Amino acid sequence: MPATSVRELSLDLDAFEGPFDLLLTLLLKEELEPRDVDVAAIVLSFVELMAERDELDLEVCGEFLVLISALLELKARALFPEEAAELGELEPEEAAEELARRLAEYRRMKEAATWLVERLSGEGDRFFRLGPAPLAPHPQRTLALQDPGALAGALRALAVSPPTVSLSHMALRFPPVSQFLERFRALLSRRRRFDFDAEVGMLSRVEQAVALLALLELCKSGEIALSQASPFAPIRVSKVDDERIREWTARSA
Amino acid sequence: MDSPLRLIAATPVDRLARTVEALLVVASAPLSLDELADAVEDHPERIETALGLLRERYSEARSGIVLEHVAGGFAFRASREAADACARLFERPVERGLSQAALETLAIVAYLGPCSRPEVARIRGVAADSAVASLVERGLIAEAGRESGPGGAVRYRTTPLFERVFGLESLGSLPRLDDLGDSADEIRDRLLEVAEARAS
Repeated sequence: MPATSVRELSLDLDAFEGPFDLLLTLLLKEELEPRDVDVAAIVLSFVELMAERDELDLEVCGEFLVLISALLELKARALFPEEAAELGELEPEEAAEELARRLAEYRRMKEAATWLVERLSGEGDRFFRLGPAPLAPHPQRTLALQDPGALAGALRALAVSPPTVSLSHMALRFPPVSQFLERFRALLSRRRRFDFDAEVGMLSRVEQAVALLALLELCKSGEIALSQASPFAPIRVSKVDDERIREWTARSA
Repeated sequence: MDSPLRLIAATPVDRLARTVEALLVVASAPLSLDELADAVEDHPERIETALGLLRERYSEARSGIVLEHVAGGFAFRASREAADACARLFERPVERGLSQAALETLAIVAYLGPCSRPEVARIRGVAADSAVASLVERGLIAEAGRESGPGGAVRYRTTPLFERVFGLESLGSLPRLDDLGDSADEIRDRLLEVAEARAS
């Protein structure tokens, strides 16, 4: 066997299938987990290969030993990354103590597994129902038994059309302008002048607006004269005759 | 004329026992005392009394159905004398073909759980991935959170099914770890003996 053929050793493992060389490459590139590699199976494959050959090539065996040792170290480091360093720092006596402790721990677990096996064989004649838990959530309170007639009556009551909504309170009512024309004329027949704001102050805004229209109408027809000391000041309404007399008096004076 | 079959006389506790009996027939997993008490809306003490009646009635050699206290609750199972007939008709897929690796992993999780795969691997010395996956698939162990810290490994614990399959009332029914295997001192002495023999 040539020396290079060790790396070309064909492997058929659970985690890998191909030449040993490729396996090493994948491990070094960290594309394969060392813990997934069955080292014992690799050794077996190599031993089988060697058994097929008549002569023992020590060089090949030596190379295989080096490679497989490196692989074992990789796997050990992957399995116990921190503990390897911890153990390395221990004194021989302490390391032996630690090793003994770990062996004892594993031995106990192995014994526990044996106990489970015995238990299982002793309980092998126990058959029981298996399945998803059928437990229901907390029971929900259901409605009492209902009379279908009563239910229909309730639905019928709900099905009646609702009464038409009245919007009458929203309508604007405009009193006729003539109403205010008459009112102002009557007022001017009793008094020669009056204060518009005081006269319509108690009325609604719509009525005040119509009253103003009536006022403008009277002014337009020349029946009254309007005066205002300043914008937004009270509007003074005077009979035109009275106004003319005052103007005449002023001019003659 | 034959009188109607009356398995249990009709006292209040007997009526309670019949209701508990019905619940246990419907359940496919053990029901705890509290679950039974909630369902029946009665005191746990009275449920216990009713269970006592049922246990007497459903016991080995008296009935084909046996009431057992298992996995923290109460459940019916087939009597052992009917096991052969049951085995001819029913499989036991959960425990069939459990490997040594799976059993060791199961033991570690049962005693030390919740524990992670790296912890199992540390004790067994080999990767535990496939053993853990197999046990999860069988429903014998289940995820139980993660180890603290970012990217912490998933931790596992045994399930009530594990206790049921192994006929355990609870995990407390497992033998004490100290009673299993050799102690660390014994192993250390043996190691020293081997070392001295080689040196001489």
